[in-house]
Amino acid sequence: MTLNRRKFIAVGTAAAASLSAPAVLGQGAGRPRVVVIGGGSGGATAARYIAKDSDGAIDVTLVEPSRSYYTCYFSNLYIGGFTDLDDISHSYGTLAAKYGINVVHDWAVGVDRYARTVQLAGGDVMPYDKLILSPGIDFVEDSVPGWSFAAQNLMPHAYKAGSQSELLKAQVMAMPEGGRFALVAPPNPYRCPPEPYERVSMVAYVLKQTNPTAKILIADPKLKFSKQALFEEGWQRHYSGMIERIGPDFGGENTSVDPEAMTIDIDGMVEKIDVCNVIPAQKAGRIAEIAGVTEGNWAPVNAADMSSTVDPDIHVLGDAAAQGDMPKSGFAANSQAKVCAMAVRGALTGSKVFPAKFTNTCWSLIAEEDGVKVGATYEATDEKIAKVDGFISQTGEDPATRKSTYEESVGWYSGITADMFS
Amino acid sequence: MSRTIGITRSQGRAIPVAAVLALLGAGLMPGPVRADLIGDAEAGKRHYQDCIGCHQIGKGAEDAIGPHLNGIFGRRAAAHEGYPYSDSMQRAGVDGLTWTLETLDAYVENPRALVSKTRMSYPGLEDAGARADLLAYLRRFSDNPANIPEAAPTAVGTDHSVDPEILAIQGDPAYGKYLSSECVSCHRADGAADGIPSITRWPERDFVVAMYAYKKNLRPHPVMQMMAGRLSNEEIAALAAYFKDPD
Repeated sequence: MTLNRRKFIAVGTAAAASLSAPAVLGQGAGRPRVVVIGGGSGGATAARYIAKDSDGAIDVTLVEPSRSYYTCYFSNLYIGGFTDLDDISHSYGTLAAKYGINVVHDWAVGVDRYARTVQLAGGDVMPYDKLILSPGIDFVEDSVPGWSFAAQNLMPHAYKAGSQSELLKAQVMAMPEGGRFALVAPPNPYRCPPEPYERVSMVAYVLKQTNPTAKILIADPKLKFSKQALFEEGWQRHYSGMIERIGPDFGGENTSVDPEAMTIDIDGMVEKIDVCNVIPAQKAGRIAEIAGVTEGNWAPVNAADMSSTVDPDIHVLGDAAAQGDMPKSGFAANSQAKVCAMAVRGALTGSKVFPAKFTNTCWSLIAEEDGVKVGATYEATDEKIAKVDGFISQTGEDPATRKSTYEESVGWYSGITADMFS
Repeated sequence: MSRTIGITRSQGRAIPVAAVLALLGAGLMPGPVRADLIGDAEAGKRHYQDCIGCHQIGKGAEDAIGPHLNGIFGRRAAAHEGYPYSDSMQRAGVDGLTWTLETLDAYVENPRALVSKTRMSYPGLEDAGARADLLAYLRRFSDNPANIPEAAPTAVGTDHSVDPEILAIQGDPAYGKYLSSECVSCHRADGAADGIPSITRWPERDFVVAMYAYKKNLRPHPVMQMMAGRLSNEEIAALAAYFKDPD
């Protein structure tokens, strides 16, 4: 850590010097500089691949405020009791020690696209030749009337994993006998399409054991949702009579909450609830908007290299990007990051650039040893990332297949997190 | 599943099959296909002499070095209780590999095409006609053989082996390294296997035939069928070259 800190200060000083002499600004004599903002699935993968595959020819800085990153994927399994929170926590030491990535734990608060610099909350200014934004999501204000960040302890979102996941689990465990759990699902597009429904499954799994007369209510603005047939079949099989979903055909899109009173109002029907998991509508992480690369809620990108359509020196990865057909998922961000890393290395060092390929697979757990998955492959077209081929688990699969699918997801978690952090 | 009807049969056995195919092609085939047309079981019995050292068959057959093969048709891979199958065979069974005329044919042709780390030390039987005979013999020991649904004559003699020209392609490990970044989202680059098998340090040929088995949907895993399905011959060769000795 000491070494990183020194390195960090050195970079900060260089940046300050270059500011007084704007002509140098990161280009020229030294190694080309890449700054990556966001140390999640997209950012960590991009930083790791650029540093690893350029053998030190590129100076890579990763800006991430948290020292521990909790993956959103598998955070529902923590709620269900299938994994510990520690097991979904990752740190950045290996990226610094093994690949020489300059890991800076600070918030990026500004991007000067003309000077090509990033401003940090701590005051430092970092020059870049290529900037990679992988900031994940932020919530759209007032998308669920009555809910705000100030209420996130009364009604957790648990959509950025970590302490929010812990809070939600504690609230579920403390529900009164026969109590009510409500989940307010977000409108499309949002991070990890099956996640709200996997969460309901995991909450139901816990309640079935500890509080079997409890009920679960879903208020949903969407007519259909990811893996719907699989989830509904599983809910019928494992949690019959426990889960009720109110879609837009019954006013589910017209939902507000009162965190102080612990009530939910679905199309005028006010109900008292014991735990309320509010997942608001989403938009690109704020730094994308600050950098001026968003249109509406998301940042449009060119599919071939994930570069912003408004600035070729900025790439946007993962949830924040409007890229076409890929769902917003950690797997997708990891896949996009590799395409981006290859393009960035090609631009800065002349290394060979191969055609872009993208993949996504997404596993969900419905109950113990009852795993399902959906996946697809994608290619870059002039307009977007376009789906090529896909598959989905089938309803009525035998238990051995479902068990194997779950075990496969555990193997995948180990593989993909190693591909980001080790 | 569509299949290529590429029949290379030794003379003398080809005629009835060809006749049935002609009927099928004209849409004239009445009722269930007569399953006994797939091969000459008596000739197959002679080929079985290569198997009998490990696999007992017939009345009173027991598991030996390999599992006995009574009732093999229609059974899931590794589903015969009491026999200690290899991890690789167990995984194939869990993935959904079921022994049909087609999958048995592919397995006998090259065991590692279907089950990479199988313990069956059998080099494979290249002659499609000989395999048809062998399978006709094996099928005598499965229940109700005439109704085994996959025993349609269109399956006979389908050549699953990978074209030698494809096997001869020299893969570019640098290209393979880039392509491998898709694989290591699930398969650990360090070769650890926990829920998802290791794909590092395989003989190149085994890697290539395994990927083609997915490409042809002979291996059952949907993710792998999808991933392999869009890889070109050169890309598969590149991946095999890279994973043989990843850095």
